[in-house]
Amino acid sequence: MGWEFLTVYWREMIRFVRFRTQLFSSILQPALWMAFFGVAMSSSLGQFTSAIPVPAGVVQVDYLTFMAAGVIAMTTLFTSLYGGMSLLYDKNWGLMPEMLASPMPRTHIMLGVSLSGMTKSFIQAGIIMVFGLVLGVRFFHGFSAARIAFSVIGVFAFLGLFSLGFLLFSSNISMRLESPEGLQGIMTLISLPIFFVSNALYPVQAFPPFLQVLSAYNPLTHLVTGIRYFALGNDFFAVGARYAITTGDVLTSFAYLAVFAAVMYLLARRAFERAVVA
Amino acid sequence: MGATDIIEVVDLEHTFGEVEAVRGISFAVKKGEIFSFLGPNGAGKSTTINILITLLPLQKGRVRVAGHDVARDPRKVREVIGIVFQDEVLDRDLTVWETMEFHGRIYGIPRDERRRRIDDLLAVVELDARRDERTKNLSGGMKRRLQIARGLLTRPEVLFLDEPTLGLDPQTRMRVWDYIRQVNEAGTTIFMTTHYMEEADMLSDRISIIDHGRIVISGTPDELKNTLGEDVVYLETDDDERAREVLLGVEDVRSVTRSPRGLSVTISADGSHCLPRIIDRVRGAGIGIVSVNLKKPTMDDVFVHYTGRELRDGGG
Repeated sequence: MGWEFLTVYWREMIRFVRFRTQLFSSILQPALWMAFFGVAMSSSLGQFTSAIPVPAGVVQVDYLTFMAAGVIAMTTLFTSLYGGMSLLYDKNWGLMPEMLASPMPRTHIMLGVSLSGMTKSFIQAGIIMVFGLVLGVRFFHGFSAARIAFSVIGVFAFLGLFSLGFLLFSSNISMRLESPEGLQGIMTLISLPIFFVSNALYPVQAFPPFLQVLSAYNPLTHLVTGIRYFALGNDFFAVGARYAITTGDVLTSFAYLAVFAAVMYLLARRAFERAVVA
Repeated sequence: MGATDIIEVVDLEHTFGEVEAVRGISFAVKKGEIFSFLGPNGAGKSTTINILITLLPLQKGRVRVAGHDVARDPRKVREVIGIVFQDEVLDRDLTVWETMEFHGRIYGIPRDERRRRIDDLLAVVELDARRDERTKNLSGGMKRRLQIARGLLTRPEVLFLDEPTLGLDPQTRMRVWDYIRQVNEAGTTIFMTTHYMEEADMLSDRISIIDHGRIVISGTPDELKNTLGEDVVYLETDDDERAREVLLGVEDVRSVTRSPRGLSVTISADGSHCLPRIIDRVRGAGIGIVSVNLKKPTMDDVFVHYTGRELRDGGG
């Protein structure tokens, strides 16, 4: 196994830094979600849910903190779903023929692109966390320094697997498409149900049974579970529902995301190996 | 196929759905030569080159490049070839140097060697002053030169050039031709496609004309032109009527026709060898010559003869 994927990664990151508008919008977008949607929703939801009694001994988590995990997850989802876009630009106006005709194994193209997408997600997640703390998000509340460090690693491990899975999915679709517009359409269609049929913004406990089942298979739900477990603790109360997350739950979610990423890797590899230049 | 053949293509066929793009072609390229595929748009040139450079899978036939089978050993083929694509395969937001560095790294050239070659090549194509310029700010000619330099970075055994001067102005085209000759003189075999007749004529050691997915004729530019025979000498003299009678007695002169602007002398052999004799005989008869013009068949004439039409436009 060579290291050529690092070259692909290097180039993707040069582009990321050079496209100032892309860089700033990717940082601003989640901050705006937190600032407007988060603050607005937490003040109105706070009114409805403050009347619900909190079970004794369970930590109450405010809505802003609850949804901050969701916003991190959502941002990662969107960034990853559109991560294949650079491949489509490369196919139409860029270096794809050069890369496909080179002796570099084709898996390195998708690995380099995926790793750069993962890096972008990490940067975004870090910014949301810091910005959230400024806005009043109470992540890692009352944790010791060691536990905070462990929790941050945990959050990023979940983010890494999740983004890898969706980046590989996006890369796979991109290699089969002709134009960036096609990807735009498909990803918008996919992102809406994934986002809304999940526990990102509200508890799934109140969903109709059918949607509850769907949300249990939704990778986003597992990502959010992981982020909340590490950032909020394993037993808390938010938006009128109690969240008791066992170690088993978290390991299951992590395993689910790992399998998801592995399957996406295998499917994407097929698409890359068969890719031809029209 | 001889031992010196660096590209061997046998009975190559390729279809896209219902469309038969390549219908059974065979040819060989010798090590060290410049070989051109000449043909109108849509004749099958790009399909063939894309199979040779392993971007399209081999459907039917056998193709070997530098001793490696494109179907069995595509990676080996990729290691020993360089490519200058027809379309602009550049990242607009990378600099000239980054474009070269990226290429060298994905081909696994060690760092010091890579950096040295990049410096050398950028000097050769006169882009060293622009190494930190983003490619979107380069002119069309500079972009093409950058892509030629990139194609050479790995020191390929065969350099593939797909329409190397498409869309360039005449001066830039001539400079690109100079680079191609330089590269070839340094020992690199060149396989190129073009639909410019004079480009194929000027650069190539050998040409194959391809049309409707088949090779219609192959040979050196002179061989191809000579298959049409008939060079023509245009002559203006003090006394055209008497000159006509003299010329009819000259060896290899097939016919002489008179027009108000002078004489057209059709020659059955190589006109450039016949011309001195014609001049000697006319002068020897005491007739003054006002002007002489030799016209050999052009590749255009060859092309029209073998494909029965002028170059088509549209659809690659």
